[in-house]
Amino acid sequence: MEKQKLVVIGNGMAGARLVEEVLNRGGGEQFDISVFGEEPHGNYNRILLSGVLSGTHDQDDIYINPLEWYERNNVKLYAGIRAIGIDRRGKTVYAAGGHLVPYDKLVIATGSVPFIPPIDGLHDNDGALRDGVYAFRTLDDCTNMIGRTDDVKDAVVIGGGLLGLEAARGLLTRGLNVHVVHLAAYLMETQLDSQSGDLLRETLEQMGVTFHLEKLTTEILGEDKLAGVRFKDGSEIECGMVVISAGIRPNVDVAKISGLNVRRGILVNDDLSCRNDSDIFAIGECAEHRDVTYGLVAPLWEQASILADRLTERNPGARYFGSRVSTKLKVMGVELAVAGVKEPRDEQDEVVTYVEPGRGIYKKLIVRDGHIAGAILLGDGMSAPRLLQAFDRDEALPEIRAEMLFPLSPESVGTDVESLPDTTQVCNCNGVTKGQIVEAVNGGHRSFKAVCDATRAGTGCGSCKPQIQAILEFAADGLVAEDPSANYYVPGIPMSKPELAEAVRSLELKSVSSVFKTLAHGREDAGSKVGLASLLKTVWGSEYEDERDARFINDRVHANIQRDGTFSVVPRMYGGITTPNELRRIADVAEKYQAGMVKITGGQRIDILGIPKEHLPDVWRELDMPSGHAYTKAFRTCKTCVGTDFCRFGLGDSTTLGIDIEKRFQGMEMPHKVKMAVSGCPRNCAEATVKDVGVVAVEGGKWEIYVGGAAGANVRKGDVLCVVDSPKDVIKYMGRFIQYYRENARYLERTYGFVERIGVERLREIIMDDSDGVADGLETDIQASVEAYFDPWKEGAKPVHANQFVSAPVEVRV
Amino acid sequence: MMKTETSAQTYDLGPVEQVPPGEGRRISVGHIPVAVFRTRSGEVYATQALCPHRAGPLADGIIGGGELHCPLHAYKFDLETGTPIGNECKALRTYPIEVSERGEMIITIEKRARGGHR
Repeated sequence: MEKQKLVVIGNGMAGARLVEEVLNRGGGEQFDISVFGEEPHGNYNRILLSGVLSGTHDQDDIYINPLEWYERNNVKLYAGIRAIGIDRRGKTVYAAGGHLVPYDKLVIATGSVPFIPPIDGLHDNDGALRDGVYAFRTLDDCTNMIGRTDDVKDAVVIGGGLLGLEAARGLLTRGLNVHVVHLAAYLMETQLDSQSGDLLRETLEQMGVTFHLEKLTTEILGEDKLAGVRFKDGSEIECGMVVISAGIRPNVDVAKISGLNVRRGILVNDDLSCRNDSDIFAIGECAEHRDVTYGLVAPLWEQASILADRLTERNPGARYFGSRVSTKLKVMGVELAVAGVKEPRDEQDEVVTYVEPGRGIYKKLIVRDGHIAGAILLGDGMSAPRLLQAFDRDEALPEIRAEMLFPLSPESVGTDVESLPDTTQVCNCNGVTKGQIVEAVNGGHRSFKAVCDATRAGTGCGSCKPQIQAILEFAADGLVAEDPSANYYVPGIPMSKPELAEAVRSLELKSVSSVFKTLAHGREDAGSKVGLASLLKTVWGSEYEDERDARFINDRVHANIQRDGTFSVVPRMYGGITTPNELRRIADVAEKYQAGMVKITGGQRIDILGIPKEHLPDVWRELDMPSGHAYTKAFRTCKTCVGTDFCRFGLGDSTTLGIDIEKRFQGMEMPHKVKMAVSGCPRNCAEATVKDVGVVAVEGGKWEIYVGGAAGANVRKGDVLCVVDSPKDVIKYMGRFIQYYRENARYLERTYGFVERIGVERLREIIMDDSDGVADGLETDIQASVEAYFDPWKEGAKPVHANQFVSAPVEVRV
Repeated sequence: MMKTETSAQTYDLGPVEQVPPGEGRRISVGHIPVAVFRTRSGEVYATQALCPHRAGPLADGIIGGGELHCPLHAYKFDLETGTPIGNECKALRTYPIEVSERGEMIITIEKRARGGHR
C-alpha cells in the first residue's frame, strides 16, 4: 500500500506531540510525514523558557526533540520555514522560499502569538518592536532578553498574568529591579480570585518585585535609547527594557488566508477536523472546540493523542469532547494549583476557604452537588495531587471537606519527592528507585502508564502509585501527558467499561476472541484478555462463551501458581469451621502427595502448598471438599468469630451467618478478590471492619454492614452501609452491594477504591433507598449468579482438554 | 584450539491439537525443554521453557497480539523473536517451528557443540 502524505504546520508543543503520537502508533509505516516549524530549532518545551531566562535551565536542556530526532524518524522538518497558505483544491501547502508540499491529511498546530497592545513608541520605523522591547514567547526572544540584562538596571514587564510573572522572576534572578504593570486590579485574574491574587502579590513583593496595578501603559519613552514607560494617568517609570506579556491570541493567519472557518480560533468538530474541510485538522492553542480555546499543555496533548488515534486508525472513532482544565504551576517558586471555576455560580454552590496570610497559603473549594466545580490552592503543593485527581475524575467529595484541603498523613502521599535521593526505593514490590523513574521520564515516557510500563514501578501491589505520579510530575517539568488509555477498561480496546459493556451487549459479543475481532480490527492484546473475560462473564452469565486461553493459568487449573511452578490447594471451610474428618483427609493428602508445606491462611482455612499440576485432580478428589477459590478474582472467604454458641460476649450468631454467606456467594467472580467477615459483637475478633464486606452484630439484635474496608497494601476502615435487624436483611443488602460492585467497578478495582470513588452516601441511596430503581434487578442478577455456582474442582474428573492438568513435559525422543 | 560446530536438526513434536488454541504446552525435546504456543489464528511458536527473570513456566503464560506474558510476574516478551518488552531480561531463545501438512509440529533445534570436548 502506498503511504499517505501527512503534513503538520507548526512544530511547537502540539504539532511535535502529534508527530510523536502518530509514530508511537506505527504511523511511520502509514505516512510520509513533513513538519513546518517557523523557528529554526527542533521542538522545545516552551513552559521552560522562564527557566532559561532565570538561568536554572540551559538552552540545550529544554529540547524535547532535537533536529536529529526528526532525521532518525524519517520526518521531513522544514525548520525556520514559515507556511504561508494552503491550496485546498490542489491539496498543497505553500511556504516561504517557494516550497510546495502536497498532503493527503493536513494538521494545523500553529499555536498562538503574543498580543501586543496599542502603545505609542512601541515599534521602530520598520514596524518591528523597537530596541529594548521584547515579547516573551520564543527561545530567540529569551536569548535576546538575556543579552540585554547585562546593560540595564530596571525592567518593566507589561502584564501580570502567568507569563508576565515568569518573565519577572527571570529578570529578578538576573539582578534587575523589576516592575510589573497590570491592567486588572489583582494578579493572574484568569486563574485567581481577588483574595488569592492579593496574597500572591504580597508574597512576590517580599521577593522584591514592584507592582503597579490598574495601570494602562500608553507610551514607551526615550528617543534613541529606551528610557521608560508612561501610563494613562500620566505617571512614569524609568527603565532600560520592556517585556510585553499581555496575553496571547490564537495564530490563525494560515487558516484564515486559506478560507478555513475561523472565529477566535480555527473552528473544529469533535473529530478535530475543520468545519469546512474534512482533510484538514487543527489542534492546540490555535484550535477552537465548542467555543473554547485552550492554553494549557494537558488539553493540547489530549487532542494530539485523539487525532493520532484517528489518523492511524488505531481508533477511527476517537472523539474529543473538551477538557476539564486543571493545572499545577509554580509562580516564581510559589506552588499554585487551579481547577475549574474560580467563583460560585449561585447560592447553591458551597464555598470552602482556608487562609493563612502569614505563610502565603490560600485554599478555596467550590462544591456543586457534592463534587468539585472549582479549586484554588496557593502556597500548598502537598494537597494538590489528590485534589486535582478528584476534580479530573469528578469524584464525590468526602462529607468533611477539610479532608480534601489538607494533606493526608505525610507518609501516605505528600513526601516531598523533589528532595528524595535518587537511590530511594519507591516501588517496594519491584525495587524501582526514584532515579530510575526520573530517567524513564527523561527518556520520553511522560504519561503515568508509560512510566509504569517502562520501569515496572507500580505494577505490583500498586500502593506506590501516588508517589510515582508525584515523581512523574516533578521530573516532567509540567509536561505530564494524560494517557487516554487510563480510562479504558482494558488497554487493548479504546472504551470505558460502560461503553464496552454496551457494545458487547448490542453486538452480542459473547467470547473474548469475538471482541477482538469486532472492536479491535482482529488485533489481540495479551494484557486485555483476562479483563475482557471477567466483563463478558458478568454481562452474559451462562451464555458467556468461555475460551480457556483468555484465562490466567490459575483459572485454567483452579489453583494458585507458586514461584517454582507448582500450585497451592485451599479447600473451602465454610465460616472457617472444620471437622476432625476433614482434617484427617487433609493430612492424608498432604502426606501422600508430599506437600511442601501445610499452612493456616489468614482467611481461616488450610493451604496445601507445592502440588504439581498433574496431581491437582487426585488431590481434589481425595480431599472431597469444594474449591476455596483462593486463586482467582472472586469471593474468597468469610471469616467468623465463634459467636453465640461458645463466646460469653457473643450478641449475634456470627458462625451461622458466616456459613450462610459463604454458601451463598461461593465461587462468584468479581472485578477483584472480595474478602468478608462476620463478628458476633463489637469486639470484632473477625476484623470485619477491614474487609471488603464485613458484618458486626450489635446489641438489640441488630447487624452493621461495613463496605470498602482493607488491610493489605492499603489500610482502610470500611464505611457503614446500613444497620439492619436480621441476618436475612444482611444477606439481602450485602447481595445488592456485591452485584452493584460487580457491574460498576473497573477491572481490578478493589472495593476500597470503588466505595471511595462512588461515595458511601451515594451507595446508600442506590442500595438502601433504591434511588435509581435498580434494586430489583440487582437482586435478580445476583440470584442468577448464585444459582449458576459450579465447583470448578469437578473439572478434575472431567478436564476440558485432555492435557489440562499435565505439567510434566511431553518427552520427544531424540 | 576449540572450534564451534552447529548442526540443525528437526523433530516431530506430534499433532498440533495437543496445544489448545491460544495456549501453550511444555514439551521436552531430548534434554531441551521448550514452550510451544499455538495462536488462535493457527500459527505456532516455540521459546525456551523458563522465564529468564525467575524461571516462571512460560507455557502457562498468556499470549496475544504477538506477545507472551509470563505467569509469575507478567514479564513480557515478543513471541516470535523472544525480545523482552519493557524489562531488562535476556531475550528468550526461540526455535523455528511449523505445522506440517499432516498437522504435526516440526521444530528445528540447533545443537551447539564444542569440538574436541564431546
